[in-house]
Amino acid sequence: MNRLSLTSLLLLVIRRDLLLAMRRRADVLTTLVFFVMVVSLFPLGIGPEADTLRKIAPGVVWVAALLASMLSLGRMFSADYLDGTLEQMLLVPQSLSMLVLGKIVAHWMLSGLPLVLIAPVLGLQFDMSAQALWVLIAALLLGTPVLSMIGAIGAALTLGLRGGGVLVSLLVLPLCIPVLIFGAGAVESVTTGMSAVSHLSLLGAMLMFSLVFTPWVSAQALRISME
Amino acid sequence: MAINWFKYSAPSTFYGLAGKLVPWFAWPAALLFCVGLYIGFFVAPTDVVQGEAYRIIFIHVPASILSMFIYLIMAAYAALGLIFNTRLSAMMATALAPTGALFAFISLWTGALWGKPMWGAWWVWDARLTSELILLFLYLGFIALQASIEDTRRADRAGALLAIVGSVNVPIIYFSVKWWNTLHQGSTIKFTGTSMHIAMQQAMFTMLVACWLYVIAISLVRVRSIILERERNTQWVKELAEIKQ
Repeated sequence: MNRLSLTSLLLLVIRRDLLLAMRRRADVLTTLVFFVMVVSLFPLGIGPEADTLRKIAPGVVWVAALLASMLSLGRMFSADYLDGTLEQMLLVPQSLSMLVLGKIVAHWMLSGLPLVLIAPVLGLQFDMSAQALWVLIAALLLGTPVLSMIGAIGAALTLGLRGGGVLVSLLVLPLCIPVLIFGAGAVESVTTGMSAVSHLSLLGAMLMFSLVFTPWVSAQALRISME
Repeated sequence: MAINWFKYSAPSTFYGLAGKLVPWFAWPAALLFCVGLYIGFFVAPTDVVQGEAYRIIFIHVPASILSMFIYLIMAAYAALGLIFNTRLSAMMATALAPTGALFAFISLWTGALWGKPMWGAWWVWDARLTSELILLFLYLGFIALQASIEDTRRADRAGALLAIVGSVNVPIIYFSVKWWNTLHQGSTIKFTGTSMHIAMQQAMFTMLVACWLYVIAISLVRVRSIILERERNTQWVKELAEIKQ
């Protein structure tokens, strides 16, 4: 029996999760449609004045992204938990953290990346400038993985609980506030004529920090939930 | 004389000790509350700038300080429970959470009451207010997570992990909220940097100690209930005088 290297394990898990998701495309689309809908509701609620919309656009997009990522968190481990795959995954000799990282990456590619790609279109609805749109994309690219990573901890802790969906939002949303602040702040600093570099650097720092710790913490949380 | 501290890490022995300790913290707390409130309301002079309404700080400031401090204590107990697998530490963490949430809430509520006459608004998106609100959310998340898990062992460990993650996040949240606030707008109203009157200091300090003692007393009472609830099937609980009656 040849042992898998860490990279091939990571790729294997990502491929598996993506493949499973592709078999049920509706799940991925639901998150995306939810995101588009929430963002589109704001002009209806607030009014069509372009000045107001331009001002609230980054915040609206970020809050919607946050909610959309909460919505899909339940799927990160629950299917594997229900059919017993997760139990087998805990038994493999390879690093569980790496396995969890694979699942996080797959979750981001399915729920974060589509949002990043569609966000510019929604930004146009809010009359954002081209420069602001680029910064929005950059900020979302750096920030949405952090949401998936912090969310993984919550998803692992609430595995198999009653009302897990609401509970996971309650646990994870307060922890995501820094991402929201700097993500929306990056776009706003550009629109007010300042540089977005500081905000983006902080988002990058958060990404690196969570990349190191959250897979391990989520793995611990999984072990707690599964024992 | 060496005291065997580990003796009291067993819930059965700690139950009795906690019962004996409660009055020693509860009565001084009640006494100091009376003294502190008396100094605060009758001895401390009226503030030149803020008038009578400033007296809210005698409960507001201790509540804010303790709400933050209790979270750290709670996370520390939770970590102890997670690392050394001591049941009592996890129970202490569970016992502290509602008090911490209560103080966070009192701090927000009295802050709003103070803000209305001073700032002309019940709520201002000030860095301190916002981070206190997020702290309340963190407490509620911890309580909700533990409440929804039936298995106490899993509830303890899951709550512990959440508390530790939260305590790592607290400074990040605090600074991000602070920077967010200063980036949006400079804080227009600041605390006046005048030195405090001695009677005000005394009242504040007395109230802080009183709140502190109250926290210890109430969490000991709560941990006693938790011990009884979790150990209800054991022999030593059945032999307790208060149970036999």
